[in-house]
Amino acid sequence: MTFEETLARLEEIAQALDRDDLPLEQALRLFEEGIVRLREASAVLAEADGTVRTLVETADGVFEARS
Amino acid sequence: MHAPGSAIESALGVGELAGYAKESLEAAFPGLWVKGEVSNFKRHSNGHWYFSLKDAVGQLPAVVWARDARRIPAPPDEGMSVFARGTLSLWAGQGKLQFMVDAIEAEGAGLWQKAFDALKATLDAEGLTAVARKRPLPSYPRTVAVITSGDGAAWRDIQAVVQRRHAGVHLTLIPAVVQGEIAPASLVQALDRLARWGGADVAIIGRGGGSREDLWAFNHESVARAVAACPIPVISAVGHETDFTITDYVADERAATPSVAAERAVPVLADVQAGVRALGGRLSDALEDRVDREGRRLRSYADGLRLRAGRAVERRRARIERVAGRLDALSPLSVLARGFAVARGADGQPLARRDAFTVGEPFDLLLTDGRVTARTESIDARAPHLRTG
Repeated sequence: MTFEETLARLEEIAQALDRDDLPLEQALRLFEEGIVRLREASAVLAEADGTVRTLVETADGVFEARS
Repeated sequence: MHAPGSAIESALGVGELAGYAKESLEAAFPGLWVKGEVSNFKRHSNGHWYFSLKDAVGQLPAVVWARDARRIPAPPDEGMSVFARGTLSLWAGQGKLQFMVDAIEAEGAGLWQKAFDALKATLDAEGLTAVARKRPLPSYPRTVAVITSGDGAAWRDIQAVVQRRHAGVHLTLIPAVVQGEIAPASLVQALDRLARWGGADVAIIGRGGGSREDLWAFNHESVARAVAACPIPVISAVGHETDFTITDYVADERAATPSVAAERAVPVLADVQAGVRALGGRLSDALEDRVDREGRRLRSYADGLRLRAGRAVERRRARIERVAGRLDALSPLSVLARGFAVARGADGQPLARRDAFTVGEPFDLLLTDGRVTARTESIDARAPHLRTG
């Protein structure tokens, strides 16, 4: 799941939890999933390992991003 | 000795003279700008352009060799007033003057605008500039590719902006030559690499400010088509705010400058973090609300139950009281209270009839407030007279 998809899923879960017709057991399961997704999203942001590289294509057509 | 051609003996060949004339003409008129109207323009299949430059008095045959024609954005229109730069020469074979042109500038917006408009119209007609084709930029890219010169201001500006906004984004330069004759081919090659590499979420293509000629590669048809064919969203960022290029029209988004492109491509990390935190808050709020709602529902069930239970008890109590009233009315104790007494034998059995008594035998009299021991004196067969009233 990409970061974008993770956030979209979280949005979906928050909206589902706002609904009254969702059975309580399901609401709890969704909440648990939401917590997992939140951790994933926060982990991605915590990485903060931005790099600056230059793309190099070798003679045999292999790409390599070099610092 | 005679100077060549000064006597019949030293007569020059035609070609020889033409050669001298060509040399002296070229030496006398090198790299001149000439002003005139274009007439009889012909584009030869070998790529050379032939036309005449003329004004009210004179006419000058002109040629643009194919290698020079490639650098001129568009052929001039018939009758167009132009400035042509070239070298005056002689076409020996025809014995004619020939102006060898290597650059043409039209008055006003000129040839650049003409070429621009023609290409724009073609791309418009093919739908390549349509708004419907434009793809949304990813909100949270992990890798941003930048197609520009590694030595240029654009690359430096983009790095600075990304560093400031979101250090977690990977920035990958795909180097390209961004001005001069090889720029279009170099940009197309970089776009092709970007597509084959497949490692970026969004791309920025552009360069810093420069003259119209400097930016011209971004008005090249091959570059425009490669941008339109790019598999990921492309932001174009060419020159300054006022510079519009064909690439801007086919790109998914146009940024006024490379710095603005970087801002569009990369979110501010703090904003994203705040967004994630807000989502977390919404999740727990939603769950808390849900639990509150369930609690209220439970309480209202409980209240209903209590109410109903209370009513049931009340109904039963009323019934019990009714029964108790009746029981009370029937109770022997209330009879005793009215002044009657119950006679009971030694075995505790009520002595209800006269044959239960034996003269001289003791028996108990049960009264409303106690017991009295009595003895049978005599037995009378008559029924008692009860006083009434």
